[in-house]
Amino acid sequence: MNGNEPFLQRESVKSVLASLLSIVIGLAFGALVVLVVGLTSKDLGAGSAWEGIRLIFGGLFSTGRGPTGLLTWGFNGQSIGNMLFRAMPLIMTGLSVAMAYKTGLFNIGAPGQYLMGTLVSLSVALGIPSGSLPKALIWLLAFCGALLAGALWGAIPGMLKAFLNINEVIACIMTNWIAANFVTWMFSVSSFKNVVENTKSSYIYKTTYGLVDGAYVNGAGVATAKMGLDKVFPGSQVNGGILIAVLFAVGVYVMMEKTTFGYQLKACGSNRHAARYAGISDRRNIVLSMAIAGALSAGGAGLYCLSGNTEFFWSTYQSLPAIGFNGIPVALLAVCNPIGVIFTAIFMSMLSISGLQLTNLTAYNEYITDVIIAVIVYLAAFSLVIKMWLGRRKKAGRANANAAPPPKPQPAAADDKKGGGAQ
Amino acid sequence: MTFLIQQTLLYAVPLMIVALAGVFAERSGIINLALEGIMIFGAFVGVLFVRIMQGSAWVSGAKAANAYGTLQLFELLAMLVAALFGAIFSLLLSFASINLRADQTIGGTALNLMAPALALFFIRLIANQNTLYIDGDGPSWFMIKKAMFGYGRTDKMSWLGETFVNKMYLATYVCILLFVVLSIILYKTRFGLRLRSCGENPQAADSLGINVYRMRYTGTTISGALAGMGGFVYALTTANCTSNGDVAGFGFLALAVMIFGNWKPGNIAGASLLFGLFKCIAAAYSSIDINGDGVYLLKEIGINENVYRMLPYVITLLVLAFTSKSSRAPKAEGIPYDKGQR
Repeated sequence: MNGNEPFLQRESVKSVLASLLSIVIGLAFGALVVLVVGLTSKDLGAGSAWEGIRLIFGGLFSTGRGPTGLLTWGFNGQSIGNMLFRAMPLIMTGLSVAMAYKTGLFNIGAPGQYLMGTLVSLSVALGIPSGSLPKALIWLLAFCGALLAGALWGAIPGMLKAFLNINEVIACIMTNWIAANFVTWMFSVSSFKNVVENTKSSYIYKTTYGLVDGAYVNGAGVATAKMGLDKVFPGSQVNGGILIAVLFAVGVYVMMEKTTFGYQLKACGSNRHAARYAGISDRRNIVLSMAIAGALSAGGAGLYCLSGNTEFFWSTYQSLPAIGFNGIPVALLAVCNPIGVIFTAIFMSMLSISGLQLTNLTAYNEYITDVIIAVIVYLAAFSLVIKMWLGRRKKAGRANANAAPPPKPQPAAADDKKGGGAQ
Repeated sequence: MTFLIQQTLLYAVPLMIVALAGVFAERSGIINLALEGIMIFGAFVGVLFVRIMQGSAWVSGAKAANAYGTLQLFELLAMLVAALFGAIFSLLLSFASINLRADQTIGGTALNLMAPALALFFIRLIANQNTLYIDGDGPSWFMIKKAMFGYGRTDKMSWLGETFVNKMYLATYVCILLFVVLSIILYKTRFGLRLRSCGENPQAADSLGINVYRMRYTGTTISGALAGMGGFVYALTTANCTSNGDVAGFGFLALAVMIFGNWKPGNIAGASLLFGLFKCIAAAYSSIDINGDGVYLLKEIGINENVYRMLPYVITLLVLAFTSKSSRAPKAEGIPYDKGQR
């Protein structure tokens, strides 16, 4: 964009404004639901609704209730640390969706890739006997295993798309449910089910458990290094994984924006046929793009599982992980900018922390934050319209602004489906 | 055998009707990825309706007097309410994708996120737990029993009666009837032809005086109504009339059925029976005695239940892979219709 353009007319500024507007509308809708429920319910009242609304907006800084029963506010290291911890896998799944979207693919397969990452990272971390290898190496093997598994899993819809022209959305949905059943199957016949602690056999061991002489011992396994973050945010789950996730975001940004490879990927996304005409192998790039997206999702699972303080409920054949799906709002809200993903992921986890506070402190529950997220995604679906509206409102006397065709944020969406006669 | 047929029907019918819901949307040119979400919403509303109405004198009186006919009417009413709210919910998708020309995939995903969130938010407020139950259980209220036809406790109905009447639900048959009627409407009437033309070539349809926007609204609204109703029928017949913000991926399975059936009602009916059979086997493979000789064949083969659960999706992918050249997806699906671009 040239420098002469008015500030509010710039594409990037309009994107940020559109996202902020979506967030505000989403939060307002959540507040409205709470208000209506509070006012119409017999048990709740306007007072509780007001408390709920304040928690929706500022739950991160809630410190519970004071002796008089009023909500208290202030710095809450535990909440902030947990927010960063939750943001860690979300950054990865958000990157996965964003990166695929930039190359013209809608990666709704993130949940399945995430599950495959879970399967492999846990199996490697728990399968290698403690002591046979240094802990750091086991961690690294497990993480890289997750990346690889995700890449392979993501490549399946990629190949179906590239060679058989099957719509990647449908293929991804199918592979999601295949993964859910496959992971359940593998864990159900594995020896990783927690039989040491009572009533926990429906969960897989935390990775802090290690295999010592054929039995699992807590403390002998691996866990991501805390890197001092537990001192900054005492009592929270945060660990060094968040830094790794941020590094990945920067890496994806550099790859997409500063390398020839990234340029080729984006070219295929904008117009597959034109890219091929320019000598770019479109098939190879579609497969690679989905593989990288898959690796990123599964990497999120690796970081989450290898934290050492998370447990995986293995009988997952009926449900897909929310972290995978939430990569979609994270990416859309960030307009698929890898650096933006860091912030939107943190925002999403802030919402979920607010939701927890809402559950703990009031009669409302955390699902209202999912409603808010859904509203934001819904608005993201027509961010184009919002952007056009913003452009019209903030028009700075540029007569040709309206005459020019509206900018397309989803370059390949329509073209892609037109070509996909064989869905 | 009786058990196998009954269970397969119970699983297959919601799939069938929701897959038809997908057909109506896609034939009109809108990709309805939100089937799962609309099902969840319909199931929630239907169960909530039943729960609220149970307190009314009309329903509780009928239950006390064993007035089976009234209870069956009540069941149909609940289906209708679920359909109505499913249709209303789907308007969100229609509005975004028709009026605002939004990305239909993202819009559908938003609905899929919204439905469980809304359902669970209210279920927690109403029931203070994650599952919404009705007073008593579904079977005791709505299941068709041989006692209704004057049979005693020890009497046996004929084989046909035992299989297709006893311990079945009226909802199942209403859905089958609807499926047939709507399929005929889609393929044998002027309205159906117009609807389908909007999914193939909306520009041509518009030039012949068909209101593409209205047709697409009609298609997605019918789709929403069917999916909402299908969600409630699923909750009623396979989940004891409870709702927990989840239909176990049935909406996505219906999408698979639709593709597997190549967007044609006849094939869809067959595909849903096949997938229903897989679901049924996965759920009860260790206790199915196919020919009644005391040998549990499926258990002895020793295939993991998760393989049966996985099969529908794997088969769909394979079918897609092998038929991608001849697949007959509606040509204009997923493309927003812009009058200016004729």
